[in-house]
Amino acid sequence: MASKCHLVEAESAEARQIAALESAVSRDGIAGLLLEMYSTMLRIRVFEEQVAALVEAGEIKTPCHLYIGQEAVATGVCAALEVSDTIWGNHRSHGHYLAKGGDSCTMMAEIFGKKTGCCKGRGGSMHLFSKEVGILGTVPIVAGTVPLAVGAALAAKLRRDGSVSVAFFGDGTLDEGHVHESLNLAALYRLPVVFVCENNFYASHMQLLERRVKDNLHQAGEFFGVPGVREDGNDVVAVYEAARGAVERARSGDGPSLLEFRTFRWRGHVGPSWDTDVGVKRRDELKDWLPKDPIARARTRLLELGAGMEALERVENSARDDAQFAVSFARRSPYPGQDAVLDHVFACSEGGPRCEG
Amino acid sequence: MRRVSYAQAIREAHAELLSADPRVFLIGQGLWSPWYAGTTLKDIDREFGRDRVIDTPVSENAVTGAAVGAALQGMHPIVFHPRMDFMLLAVDPIVNQAANWCYIFSGQISVPVVIRAVINRGGEQGAQHSQALHAMFMHVPGLKVVMPSTPYDAKGLLIAAVQDDNPVLYIDDRWLYEDEGDVPEGRYGVPIGSAAIRRKGTDVTIVGISYMAREAVEAGEQLADEGIDSEVIDLRSLKPWDKELVLASVRKTGLLVVADSGWRTCGASAEIAATVSGEGFAWLKAPVVRVALPDCPAPTSRWQEKAYYRTAADIVAAARGLVGVRQYEASA
Repeated sequence: MASKCHLVEAESAEARQIAALESAVSRDGIAGLLLEMYSTMLRIRVFEEQVAALVEAGEIKTPCHLYIGQEAVATGVCAALEVSDTIWGNHRSHGHYLAKGGDSCTMMAEIFGKKTGCCKGRGGSMHLFSKEVGILGTVPIVAGTVPLAVGAALAAKLRRDGSVSVAFFGDGTLDEGHVHESLNLAALYRLPVVFVCENNFYASHMQLLERRVKDNLHQAGEFFGVPGVREDGNDVVAVYEAARGAVERARSGDGPSLLEFRTFRWRGHVGPSWDTDVGVKRRDELKDWLPKDPIARARTRLLELGAGMEALERVENSARDDAQFAVSFARRSPYPGQDAVLDHVFACSEGGPRCEG
Repeated sequence: MRRVSYAQAIREAHAELLSADPRVFLIGQGLWSPWYAGTTLKDIDREFGRDRVIDTPVSENAVTGAAVGAALQGMHPIVFHPRMDFMLLAVDPIVNQAANWCYIFSGQISVPVVIRAVINRGGEQGAQHSQALHAMFMHVPGLKVVMPSTPYDAKGLLIAAVQDDNPVLYIDDRWLYEDEGDVPEGRYGVPIGSAAIRRKGTDVTIVGISYMAREAVEAGEQLADEGIDSEVIDLRSLKPWDKELVLASVRKTGLLVVADSGWRTCGASAEIAATVSGEGFAWLKAPVVRVALPDCPAPTSRWQEKAYYRTAADIVAAARGLVGVRQYEASA
């Protein structure tokens, strides 16, 4: 089952490359990259629309925090990273996972709680992992991975391996004290880490200005000497450019940056609903944000740059195929055995006494 | 064999580890201070450089999280908390993160971090500089917890903890720092999960934890003077703990005193008592007796401290009581 899924992955990748090549011969050098980023954003969008439908149908049970509307942030940032760079996510990380090169089949299987999932059915939607492409972990304690990303950067500095780590977090995370501790440590030791704040203006149901008096998140690091950048989080090229600058700065030993990308999540804090449960205010805000759809904007720009309709359609078909195959892969996969529930409480050291609970 | 203090043994372990393995580094509060860690880390920054011995701002959560993150990237950090009380600010990276990651990700990653916490009780320091919180962390799946009571174990358990692929909480007690004992030169490990018999005997089993293991050894000598032949076990590793050794001893003696340096309710002593009562009930001739701190924060005044902390005398009284019950039942 896995091999078939991976074959489709390979075909999709090939289709993307052909399309990118076609487009790269157009006028602007950014076009090829933009088409790739468009493809990634679309894969995230279509994947999550599938997830939303399956949650509504009752087939997916694990809590799913959807990223729809924010795709440009993960996509633009990860486009600026190498495979050996690491990303650290949160409860809303389907987009981070796909953008960093995670396999859609193994993530869908994970969301289904299946043995073939990226955590063998232990993680569900909120815990994702794929070490080989630098997805070092996403977990749902708010701010939980921010110090871990700092630690990964400390390891990189001690080993001089040239890698950069990225902490993805939402605006609500800046309400946690240890994020500020982390900014200070990163600045103090000039660590190669990029703090990416996805400001979608809501921490669960609470609007930004219900939680603080100033809308100034990009300044959160200034107190510690971490430069901040505020950028339109729905413009994938702007995200990419900002991330590239911060990643280069980190890699060259100049220390951390804080990037605030302003965006909006279309669905509720958790689950597929459009969040009508939290009142009129958010509904009005959503009306303003829907026309700023990062994917539609990228598509318009691609057409302006001379991308052919055929190339765009190929990308769009590929994203749909990708998500559908992921679902069928997940459906066909077995659940993990109940006899394995105690496995891996501890790592199995060589000669170690025990690795179960 | 050369005699070395408990504090010096801890320093030697750090030096051995830093010399042998470039993945090892130290991070935490007070590492560049001449006094903060007692003599357990004296001049270690000068010997190994401040790149690998990193004194930090007072940011327990982020510092511990950074150590966990570095461990997830294959380093073997030792994160230092000069008071266990302060470590409570770092419970998220220890409990939510370090303890869980191996399980959540189905063994695809391990977290080889050592979290060193110092108990620094007494000295009129009071409630927030004295707490022995090992039981809270024993409770958590995925964490290992060790508490050496001798210089030999202080060195060997730290080396074993760093060599383990799992998060290990290493807890040392400043009341033990001046104790001297035989300590080999070079690197050696004490297996995590193994207890040590400090005195062989047949009348009553005494299980001691951390400094109460030292008090238990002292109690064993006093009991011998009274003609009571106790078997004293130093648990030294609390999670996992050496159930087999304790049960084998109880099978022989039929009586058990558990002496813990922490609080009574839901304490380490409760876990041991419950396990022995459940799995060794047939051998027990009387209920298990616990010697533990009363359910009360640490006072400051030295006069109240004397009433609060348990000593060898409390263990002697408990053992004497148990042996008395058995003698009474035998004669009845």
